Amino acid sequence: MMDWLWTIPALPFAGFLILALFGKQLSRKVVAWTGSLSTGLSALITIIVGISFLTNPPGGHVFKQILWSWIEVGSFSPEITLYLDSLSLVFMFVITFVGFLIHLYSTGFMVEEEGYARFFSYMNLFVGSMLLLVMAGNLVFLYLGWEAVGLCSYLLIGFWYKNPDNGYAARKAFIVTRIGDTLMAIGLFLLFDQFGTLQIQEILTRFPAEVAEGSPFAVATAIMLLGGAVGKSAQLPLQVWLPDAMAGPSPVSALIHAATMVTAGVYLIARTFVIFQMAPVAQTIVAIVGAVTLLLAGFSALTQRDIKRVLAYSTISQIGYMFLALGVGAWSAAVFHFMTHAFFKALLFLGAGVVIMHLHHEHNMFKMGGLRKSMPFTFWVFLIGSASLAALPLITAGFYSKDIILWYAWAAEGSHELFWLAGILGSLLTAVYTSRMVFITFFGEIKTEPHGKTALSIKIPLIVLAVLSLIGGFINFPGNFGDMQWLSGFLANNLPEAHAAVHDKGIETLFQVISAVLVLLGIYLAYLLYLKRNVDEQFSKKGIYHYWFSGWGFDYVYEVLVIKPVVWLSKIDEHDFIEYFYTGIARFHMFWHVLFSKLQTGKIRWYAMGIATGAIVAIIVLVFS
Amino acid sequence: MINISLETGLLLAGILFFMGFLGVMVRRNVIFMLMSVEVMLNAAGIAFVMAGSHWHQPDGQVMFIFILTMAAAEVSVGLAILLQLHKHYKSLDADAANKMKG
Repeated sequence: MMDWLWTIPALPFAGFLILALFGKQLSRKVVAWTGSLSTGLSALITIIVGISFLTNPPGGHVFKQILWSWIEVGSFSPEITLYLDSLSLVFMFVITFVGFLIHLYSTGFMVEEEGYARFFSYMNLFVGSMLLLVMAGNLVFLYLGWEAVGLCSYLLIGFWYKNPDNGYAARKAFIVTRIGDTLMAIGLFLLFDQFGTLQIQEILTRFPAEVAEGSPFAVATAIMLLGGAVGKSAQLPLQVWLPDAMAGPSPVSALIHAATMVTAGVYLIARTFVIFQMAPVAQTIVAIVGAVTLLLAGFSALTQRDIKRVLAYSTISQIGYMFLALGVGAWSAAVFHFMTHAFFKALLFLGAGVVIMHLHHEHNMFKMGGLRKSMPFTFWVFLIGSASLAALPLITAGFYSKDIILWYAWAAEGSHELFWLAGILGSLLTAVYTSRMVFITFFGEIKTEPHGKTALSIKIPLIVLAVLSLIGGFINFPGNFGDMQWLSGFLANNLPEAHAAVHDKGIETLFQVISAVLVLLGIYLAYLLYLKRNVDEQFSKKGIYHYWFSGWGFDYVYEVLVIKPVVWLSKIDEHDFIEYFYTGIARFHMFWHVLFSKLQTGKIRWYAMGIATGAIVAIIVLVFS
Repeated sequence: MINISLETGLLLAGILFFMGFLGVMVRRNVIFMLMSVEVMLNAAGIAFVMAGSHWHQPDGQVMFIFILTMAAAEVSVGLAILLQLHKHYKSLDADAANKMKG
């Protein structure tokens, strides 16, 4: 079955081609079938391949499929290789499976929209590109997927292109991530310069032998790769694009946040973990970036009024947790959190989409309220997703994945107590802002009456994701629960295991109790602050609340420090000598144009005169020469 | 048979040609322009015939027959254009059709 590997990315691409070329001729039903079936089949094949990978693991727990050689320039011959190991398998499963559920949901959600086929073709391309990214055995190939993902995010964020604000958000996402991409490209150049190849595994095996630990080269490469990861994963300081990316339709947000795009950075760092291990400074920076981002985004999420922006900031915050885990060397914990996060964040976005759809595209939470009674189904699935995001102890998937990250933030070698403190404070924040969102949206008095019914194609994905958000964590229990770390064990075939400096199960249990208490405390706090009293009304527009609301003013700082100088420079540089050269060419031709067009009077006698004069001149020349 | 010298014949042809030329240049009525073109063609024909008789060659008269045929074709095309012109502009003034002005 392994030989079918190539069909996994090929199916979404085929779907994209069909929809892009013939989408206008096909009926909506056929479009919906093509769009969701291509990813659905891809998910099915991924599961089959995964089962055969698990039951009958290939040698070294790695399977490679060489498709063809791309180009040959001297010794540089990048082969198009698909690389399957435990890391890419987990990512592939999440991308195709969650991606399929989102497609299924979209068939019902987007049914009244224009550009139905266009939407599904972009979505298929998105899934295909992301699969390319995680299956690539070569950094060039990976970069291709990386850029294609950026392109798709641009196309989908600006899907409702008739509103200029959406176009602006799309451009912002594209340009901000492009800054990271440039850094990553530089990182790839550095690697190629050193190793003469961009095959990932070859680099990773040769790296420890040829580069000294902590050498400037190792640090520089790691920082450049981190730059790329930071851009795609919306971490500090390039996180500004993600909240604005909410301009796209809800399924797009779900796809960007859960299955594709923002997790690409996590994948990149996990995939090139050797480089980060050889550059401890850079790895510490990864952890710092994660810790700071998760706190900043948590505070911002606390003050948002748009339900999708709350979720956007929560994504930034949760990916901060993943970066924190990567930074302290808990590679598998990051992948585990990626997986559970994909389940509950997709659930939350799709649930929020249902709410928004039934309230006449209302995004403002303060105009919702009381939806618990009128939309019970949506309430329950949204509650499950929120519980998982807030890491409600024991019964939710989010608890298990976050707990491992918090444990290693404390216990891993080379970690720092501050990381743990940031993580634990972050989990309190998460509980507060998640509960705030649920309380304001679903409790209290009814402000807008919902209309319409929810289609079955929308309900099924929500149910599946809700179940996964609850039980998805049971594949990896914390160490003090016994020897039940199946996911970590599976990933340990290809990723190094985290080294804990502390092995005290008592402390681990104590920390779990602390974080559990903090989560419950956070929910209670939210109950007091947002349901009993309306703190938002009292503090909005005041002091630090305003800073949090505007994402700590990063947009303003970039506006002043980057955008305005660039605009100013381009304005004063508008009339340089190159400009004169090109306008000169235009003017030269314009001059002759005006002159010659005067000759064309349109009068036939004038032309006859011209012919006659010419003839006379010709005769005179002939006669007298 | 009266002997006409070559010079006289060519002079006649030249005068006729010049008169036709002037007509084409000066006249604005398309019918007169066409007539002037015919005059010019016949002037050229006279020149051919004169030259043919001077060198005792039949070629000059052959060329004149060619010119006659060509003139017939030219007049039919010219009259067709003239009819269209009149249909479009309700006038025979050649200057009225100056849509090709640059």
